[in-house]
Parts: sequence; C-alpha cells; structure tokens
Amino acid sequence: MTTSNPSGPVIRTRQLTKTFTRHKQTVEAVRGLDLDVAPGELVAFLGPNGAGKSTTLRMLTTLLTPTSGTAEVVGHDVVAAQRQVRRSIGYVGQGNAAAHQQRGRDEVVSQARAHGMSRRAAHARAEELLDAFDLAEHAGRPVSTLSGGQRRRLDVAIGLVHAPPLLFLDEPSTGLDPQNRVNLQEQVRRLHEEVGTTIVLTTHYLEEADALAGRVVVIDHGRVIADDTAPRLKSALGDLVSLGFDSPDLAAAAAERAARLPGATVHHHGADVDVRVAGGRDLAAGLVTDLAAAGSAVRRLEVSGPTLDDVFLDLTGRSLRESDQTTTAASTPATTSATEGAAA
Amino acid sequence: MSATTMTHPTTYADGTTQARDPGFLADTWNVMTRELRPVWREPVSVLFAMVQPLVFLALFAPLLPSGSLGGGSALQWFVPGIVAMTMLMGASFTGANLTNEIMTGSHERLLVSPLSRSSLLVGRALKEVVPLLMQTAIILVVVTPTSFDLHLPGVLLAVVMLGAFSVGVGSLSFALALASKDQEWLFWTVQQTLVFPVLLLAGMMLPITHDSPGWLRVGSAMNPLTYVVDAARALFGGTFPVGTVTQGFLAAAAVAALGLAVGLRSMRRSS
Repeated sequence: MTTSNPSGPVIRTRQLTKTFTRHKQTVEAVRGLDLDVAPGELVAFLGPNGAGKSTTLRMLTTLLTPTSGTAEVVGHDVVAAQRQVRRSIGYVGQGNAAAHQQRGRDEVVSQARAHGMSRRAAHARAEELLDAFDLAEHAGRPVSTLSGGQRRRLDVAIGLVHAPPLLFLDEPSTGLDPQNRVNLQEQVRRLHEEVGTTIVLTTHYLEEADALAGRVVVIDHGRVIADDTAPRLKSALGDLVSLGFDSPDLAAAAAERAARLPGATVHHHGADVDVRVAGGRDLAAGLVTDLAAAGSAVRRLEVSGPTLDDVFLDLTGRSLRESDQTTTAASTPATTSATEGAAA
Repeated sequence: MSATTMTHPTTYADGTTQARDPGFLADTWNVMTRELRPVWREPVSVLFAMVQPLVFLALFAPLLPSGSLGGGSALQWFVPGIVAMTMLMGASFTGANLTNEIMTGSHERLLVSPLSRSSLLVGRALKEVVPLLMQTAIILVVVTPTSFDLHLPGVLLAVVMLGAFSVGVGSLSFALALASKDQEWLFWTVQQTLVFPVLLLAGMMLPITHDSPGWLRVGSAMNPLTYVVDAARALFGGTFPVGTVTQGFLAAAAVAALGLAVGLRSMRRSS
C-alpha cells in the first residue's frame, strides 16, 4: 500500500463538478467544490435533499466519476487510483451493506476477505466487530429478519472491517427511530474520539450535524454556502431575544429602542418584537430594564440560541425543515434542546 | 451498546494490519462463495427453479409416444430437454438476486470494496454451475428408476457443455439486472419474454422436424440452445456423434463468451 503524507489532507477536492443530463436537461448537482478535510476531523455535509451532498460523497467513494475537477482521498486520485481509494476508505451507504438473503456474519467475513485478510483473520475480525456492535447473537440469522437498527449496526460494522482511516456515512440515521439514532451517533462519536478515524457524513438532520460534527459544511444547490464549526456558525448569527408587550404601540417603541443595540436585527410584528443580536443572552436583562425605564414594560421574554436551521435560513432565505418536508416530519429526537422550538 | 475495541486497527496473526492485494482469482472465488453461501445455508432454495421443469416432466412425459423419438423411450428423449430447461430457468432467474442487492444496497457496498468489477461478474456467473449440478442430479435421481437409462460419461460431458451455457445465460441475466437497476418489473418482463421462445424454439418440449413450418425451423436453427439440447440428447443417450456434440459445445462456448462480454461491460459501468 502506498501511504500518504500523514499531515496532508485526507480529502482534497479542487473545482469538483458533477453534471447529469436527463431528458436533455443538464442538472448541475455539484458545482466547483473546493474542500479540504484534515486527518481526525468529523465533518457533516448538511443540506436539503438534492443539494448535492450524496453526489459529492459518491464521487469521493469512486461510485461516480466527476465531470470535471479533481479529488484526492487518502492521497489517491478518485479517478486514476480507484482501487487504492477503495482499500483506504470505509463506506456506509444509504442502503444496507449486507444482502438481505445472506447471514450477517457471512457478510462481515466476505467483506474482510475482500480486503485481503486471511480466512482466520477475517473470522476473528468479524467476531470482534459483531461483539462491539451487539450483533453476535443475531449474526447467524438472515439479514432480512433483523430490525432496522440491527441492520444499520451491521452496515457500520461492515464498513469498519479493515479499520479504515477514513469513514464515509451517507445519511446514516435516516429511517431509524430516535433511540437507535442516538445509539448510532454515540458509536460514531466514540469511533472518532477513541480511534481518531476521520469521518465524513451527510445528513439533513440539523440536530445530528449539531450534536455530532466538529465541522459543518452547509451545501445548497451544489455549492458550499458555509463551512465552519457549528458553534461558530451559530454565534455569527447571534441569539434571538423575543419580547412580548401589552400593545403594538409599546412594541413599536421598544423595537425602535432595541435597534440601537450594535449589530442587532429587529423584527416587529403586532405586540411582539424579535431581536437577533450577538451575545443576546447577556444583553437581555439589561435590555428589559432599559425598555421598562423608557416606558415599554416587557410582558414576556424568551431567549434562544441560534440553531443550524436559523443559519440555513439566514444563508438561503429558506428553512431547511421546509426544504425537506418529506423527511423531517417524524425526525425530532427526544433529546432535542428546548430552544429549538422557539426558532422554528 | 458495549464499550468497545471495535475499531482499533487489529494486528492479525500474520503480524499485519493491512493484508495483501488478493488479485482477480481470489476476488472471483470470494464473490462466488459469497453467492453460494445462501444455497449452502438453505439447499432447498435450488428447488425453486425446478418447480416448473418437474411439473412439465410429470405432465408431458406420459403424453409422449414411446419409441417414436430417436429410438429410446420417451423419457430418454425428454429428460435432457428438461435438464436444459432447468438450467435456463435457473440461470435466467439469477439476475433477480442482483436486482435485489441493487435495491437494498449491498451491491453498492461491493462496488466500493476493493473487489474488481470483473470478479463481481465472473464470480457470480461461475456459481451458476453449482445449482445446475444439483438440479441435474435431482432430475436423474427422479427418472432413473423409470424407463430412463443412465449413461454417466455422456451425462457428465453434457453437464460441462450445459455449464458453459449457463455461465453465459447467467451473465446476460446479470447484465439485464444491472440495466434494470431498481426497476424489478423490467427485469422480469424481459426475462419472461425471452425465456419461453428460446425454450420452445430449441425443440425442448416437442421436436422441431422437417415437417415444421419454415419460419419455425429458421428460428430454431438460429437458437444456440437448439444445438446444445441436440448434443445433450445424444450424450444422455450414450452416443457420441462428433458433429452434433461439437456444434453443441461451440454454441455453448459462444453463449458463454457473449454473455461474459456483455456482463463485464455492464458491471464495469455499474455505479
């Protein structure tokens, strides 16, 4: 195996582009993507369905040939050195890695053999992974009889069979119930923290990107529109201070006064005023006192930190939830923070 | 979930963490044994492709007039056709498994694994020989106690020829599955539309003779299965007419070559 420079990027793309032609119409799925991912990062590609996340992932995993531009994965070109790329990455796709008519254990072993392990090593590695993912007692059954959560764990186990330095997960928690989703996120987090595996995942779940990823790459219409840590993306936007008053007149006066805060964006509707401002939670108490002194007594006060959905809304003018109605309806896990509700 | 050592790169017995590149033959073997594992775990599954041929055997054989077809008993004439039919059914169905894997996702996982594209096709195609052997054995066990005379050397030679044919048909079936992608109905429509004309034109159930209409004889002459079935009949009957047998082997080899070429092309383009 050729080894890549360990300090260099694990993923490096330059002007990576993919266009599809369907029914004589050209669709630009990915437009000139420049991306560097360093070893040990945990990156989430966040965006609505059809944004180009999966197409990007499929180019990085050699499933699709780029229309133009270049991509190197673990030091290997995704077009010229496909086999080396495939040896170096783990991939958990949107579907199931294990065929439904096969037994789980057989599939883990055959994947290990595909990566060149001896029969003994393959069996040993399979048992190790099946234990780690709590699948040992189910692995002798046909995959079709496993539950959705068990199948997903099996997918991840198969993706990790050769202990790859880089793991791709395409929509890993889609279709899982909240409890299984939290379990899966825990596994991914542990893999990242304990082993230092570089992880790239796509998701349209805000909570998942927020909770899991060190770095969030927001993709829309085939372009990267934001790329930073979740806290920084959010803090750039500022906290939302929602104020309620007894009358629209009082609210109007308050809105005028609040607009004097440096960097504040103020929306005023009826008897309510929304103030978005950096450090809003620290300013809120002072603002309420100030407004009361000026004659606008605050009836109701709510302060919420920004969510990634607010970030997406700010960047695109649309809510990610609205862009993605079909899939997010039943998606909110039990652990969602209380502040989410206020901003939605 | 348990606390885990799940992903610490393990050092294996041979002292390496990354094993060597397996190469085409090992890849092909891996794909073939993986395909056979469900058969191994559940041998009854090979009977699925046999239901129709066995029904035909039970219902048609008694209708065939004794002695009028090439000298032997009616069964002697009919059994090689039934074996060929079973083979054609099994090999043409086989792409359905791949359709399934395309729909559920495991095909995609194999495409991202280091297994070469060609091994993904060749390994699958070669595996077709195994159900063929099992099914032929079952048919022979059923018919040998009756008026059928078993000529083992001829049968074995015929099975080699049928094996080559089934590798070709299996490859074409996989190519059809790859072309159909996740549209299962498309696979079945094309498969069903093609299989029965091929079977009937080969004179599998009723002989095509000089009295048959001209267009039927032309269709039959253009059908490679015709030559394979003719050769199989001769071999099953314990005879070895060099011309007929050579033609059968050539037809089987041509189908194998065509199937592999088309199948490899489809698999290399699969994504």
